[in-house]
Amino acid sequence: MSRYAPVGGRLFTGPFILFSILALIGIVFIIERFIFGLGAVTNLNNGYPWGLWVVVDIVIGTAFACGGFALALAIYVANKGEYHPLMRPALLGSLLGYALGGGAAFVDMGRYWNFYQVFNPSVINLSSVMLEVALCVFAYIVVLAIEFSPTVLERFGARNAKRALGRVLFVFIALGILLPTMHQSSLGSLLVSLGHKVDPLWQAYEMLPLLFLLSAITMGFSIVVFEGSLSSLRFRTTGERPLLEKLGPIIVGMLVAYLVVRFGQLLLSGSLGRAFAGDTRSLAFWIENLLYLVPVVVLASAGMRRKPQALFLAAISMLLAASVYRINAFLVGFNPPPGYQYFPSVTELLVTVGMISIEVVIFLYVIKRFPVLHRAEQAA
Amino acid sequence: MVEVNHKAAIEEQLETISTQLGISRRGFMKFCTGVAATMGLSSTAGVQMARAAANPKRPPVIWLSGQECTGCTESLLRSQHPTLENLLLDLISLDYGETLSVPAGHDAEANKQRSMKENAGKYLLVVEGSIPTKDDGVYCTVAQKTILEHVIEAAEHAAAIVSIGSCASWGGIPSSGPNPTGAKGAPQVLEGKTVVTIPGCPPNPYNFLATVLHFVAFGKLPELDTKGRPKFAYGRLIHENCERRAHFNAGRFALEFGDEGHRRGWCLYKLGCKGPETFANCPAVLFGDVGNASWPVGTGHGCFGCTEQGVGFTKPIYALSDVQNLHPPVSFPDVTETKGEGMTAGAGALLAGLAGAAVGAGAMAAKNLGQTDSDSNG
Amino acid sequence: MKRRDFLKAAGGGAVVAAAGGGSAQARPNREPLPEAVGMLYDSTLCVGCKACMDKCKQVNDMPMEFTTKDKLWDAPRDIGAKTLNVIKVYKNGTAAVKDRETDGYAFVKDHCKHCVDAGCVSVCPVSAMLKHPETGVVTNDPDRCIGCRYCVYACPYNVPKYELDDARGQIRKCQFCNQAGVERLDRGLLPGCVEVCPTGASLFGPRDKLVEEARRRLALKPGEPYAYPRGHVEDAHHTHEKPAPAYVQHVYGEKDGGGTQVLYIAGVPHQRLGLPNLPEWSYASRSEGLQQTLYGGMIAPGVVLAGLLWAAHRRSKHDDES
Repeated sequence: MSRYAPVGGRLFTGPFILFSILALIGIVFIIERFIFGLGAVTNLNNGYPWGLWVVVDIVIGTAFACGGFALALAIYVANKGEYHPLMRPALLGSLLGYALGGGAAFVDMGRYWNFYQVFNPSVINLSSVMLEVALCVFAYIVVLAIEFSPTVLERFGARNAKRALGRVLFVFIALGILLPTMHQSSLGSLLVSLGHKVDPLWQAYEMLPLLFLLSAITMGFSIVVFEGSLSSLRFRTTGERPLLEKLGPIIVGMLVAYLVVRFGQLLLSGSLGRAFAGDTRSLAFWIENLLYLVPVVVLASAGMRRKPQALFLAAISMLLAASVYRINAFLVGFNPPPGYQYFPSVTELLVTVGMISIEVVIFLYVIKRFPVLHRAEQAA
Repeated sequence: MVEVNHKAAIEEQLETISTQLGISRRGFMKFCTGVAATMGLSSTAGVQMARAAANPKRPPVIWLSGQECTGCTESLLRSQHPTLENLLLDLISLDYGETLSVPAGHDAEANKQRSMKENAGKYLLVVEGSIPTKDDGVYCTVAQKTILEHVIEAAEHAAAIVSIGSCASWGGIPSSGPNPTGAKGAPQVLEGKTVVTIPGCPPNPYNFLATVLHFVAFGKLPELDTKGRPKFAYGRLIHENCERRAHFNAGRFALEFGDEGHRRGWCLYKLGCKGPETFANCPAVLFGDVGNASWPVGTGHGCFGCTEQGVGFTKPIYALSDVQNLHPPVSFPDVTETKGEGMTAGAGALLAGLAGAAVGAGAMAAKNLGQTDSDSNG
Repeated sequence: MKRRDFLKAAGGGAVVAAAGGGSAQARPNREPLPEAVGMLYDSTLCVGCKACMDKCKQVNDMPMEFTTKDKLWDAPRDIGAKTLNVIKVYKNGTAAVKDRETDGYAFVKDHCKHCVDAGCVSVCPVSAMLKHPETGVVTNDPDRCIGCRYCVYACPYNVPKYELDDARGQIRKCQFCNQAGVERLDRGLLPGCVEVCPTGASLFGPRDKLVEEARRRLALKPGEPYAYPRGHVEDAHHTHEKPAPAYVQHVYGEKDGGGTQVLYIAGVPHQRLGLPNLPEWSYASRSEGLQQTLYGGMIAPGVVLAGLLWAAHRRSKHDDES
């Protein structure tokens, strides 16, 4: 018998304090950005209008937060109920990831005071991919908050409210799968309108939504494995390991599907030759795809899947692969106006580090004080 | 000692010249300094020129005239002070010159031959007017010889050759289509020889004077461009020093003669001013010493490119000029120049540090996972 | 309904979506508006006087942009938040002869091309980028703009620029001198840059007339005299005669990237001038086509949601039971 329970214990541990400090440093520079403008903190220029914040904090950050989405797919669509114990930490990770992605979008948004226009039916542009992403992400944050709310209600003992919510929760669960499907694929569609400004190695046009969706789902599963491994290490919750092992074949399936689409598209569009150009971009391309290949090889054998170490490394490789894919598609493979260059500034990097630190700090706080992790009865 | 005596002789000569010219010694020095300034030389060069001009050993000059209107000589006669023509006649020994020399007919021709023989390798040859070359040059003959023969003969032993005016420099008006006489400039008929060209119709007398005085004073010619033009005078476009240039830059153009822009003195480019493709120092030294209303743009009409082959007498007066001074165009942003910030050392280090920390943490976690694995197995 | 049936249904939905994706041109290129205005830039006529840059700053009330050490000159290196129009140069080798590809140079004027099927208009989430329904001029409304800079990112010509150095910055781009407060076109004036152009390198007029003019010029033999109009393409009074140069036989912007209202002809290949080689199928139409296929009438998401609701409902009942 097992149940969800707070981890408890001391709040101000070493990692907690370290991440708090990093978070504070980031916040200082976020304040600077709001006072002096984006140019004061970032290295953004008008050739590279989107930089580290958009690509890492939003495009990659929300993909990192796809654990909830991926598990929901497994539990409700593939009918794998046994993954339920992983659901709460995954949902928490998703909620935090998306909330911070939304926060980062706000920080990066030049004219944030006009943000309400996104909800103004008289001005919205329905053919804009950006609008779809913005609305979907916003809606998904709300959905995630509702999906996660039983945990909070449980903590404060609001049983009636929890039961009432339970009756309609399935609506939010369904939305919680539909919305990320839409906007994670649309993160890829964002690049369609860039046309030649994205290198043919990454400009897959109509295949972009599928590639981004597949990479988001694989990333979601990987983050579940990653978080599960780490928390089993930190909080000795060994009960989840068999479940993590079982995710292996699903991940391999996703990866193979992804690679088939990825290379098939390149082959059909005749752009695969670019991969052998021997320049920085072709190198980036191979790093990205070799990182995709590592988990396929590692997780293909059942013996390896049983080793938590191998599982953990495969998850990391996968997370890196999808991250590199997104960085490549949005920045490395981006053809700026002639002559422009970009590399994030120190302060820009510190803000991103700060953003991630905020996420970690909140995550640590919540799992210690709320019933998120699934623990064996005797361990609690 | 000899030098001191020589100097004293020159000083004396300076006095004599100023008395002869009816101008003060000071005025004469001022003139020479002014000439030096035209060339962008220092005032000591002016003193040097004054000394050279006062030297009793005046350089002999043979002045040949081909197909010309004598406008070059006329403009030279009207340079600066009323007595300048006297100075010129005293500065140089004009041993032959159809307009200005004293002898005429056979005497003139005999004097020319004598001077060329006596001063072989020392005299200055000035060519005015274009040289017809068609039908063996029969379209212009002097003393039963074609001017073509005259020029080639005189050029043989000349110390330096100067073409004055556009006709002598590149053919000028006579060479414009259809060019019935096959008119050419001196550099074209004297290929292989250095010919200084002072184009212009008429040329600015100071450009000629400055070149000649430079030769007399320093024994060598001023720096020339590929077309034989002294760089001090023809190194820049009229456009570059034009008094109306600011209007060009701001896009303020006169569109018709007498319109508001014209009355306000705006740029005449749209009315066909050739300043942007004509190399000359007109806007800097002006013309005729009567203020800036004496050069074309100052009068309200565009430059017509008299100094420039292929522009003056060739392009329609009101056709737009091709702006020449913009290449190599360093002042323009290149289509592909670098913009934005690349990787700074700090950002690179920070990123590397973060990557290192992440790798370290990952490795630690993996190691611990391995341990728990063996723990549970064991 | 069994799980198998659901999967079948869901698969059916996917097929619907895929079938839509198969028809490549779900949303064809937009056509040029009948009343569209435009500009013809003839690189061979441009003398690089930069009068257009000066006038542009004046008309649009833009600040100086100092890039030299002495901070004395307005010397923008590219269009940007302070500069809407820049004359740039292509140089090769000795840069001796104008409008020659090798060892030559050529000028190019960079500003908004006012695309027929504008990418910025297509991507803007809040319709801050708008294409005028008659003139086709693309304008920007800062009161709507949320500052996401997607237009900066997506514009094939890299035209919209954001004021990154200002905490209350906005998008800046050429609006054909017809934005609120300037309205030169509405007042019957020429755009600033065209008005001052001494050679007619920038020529204003209806887009179709400009295309005709460009074709006429390309048909000229090199050296053949031609009366070049200045200001307005139909202004026969302010022409100047000039022998025709050797034109590259392409009217850039007639079809490129779905067409633009600012057209380019030149003596060197257009790609040398920084004008990208674009397919005729506009990126905007390709992107919108994809979006409409996936989300048209929200049919596909609706089908998927129905399936998901069923699955989640069924599964969460199990949760209660367990």
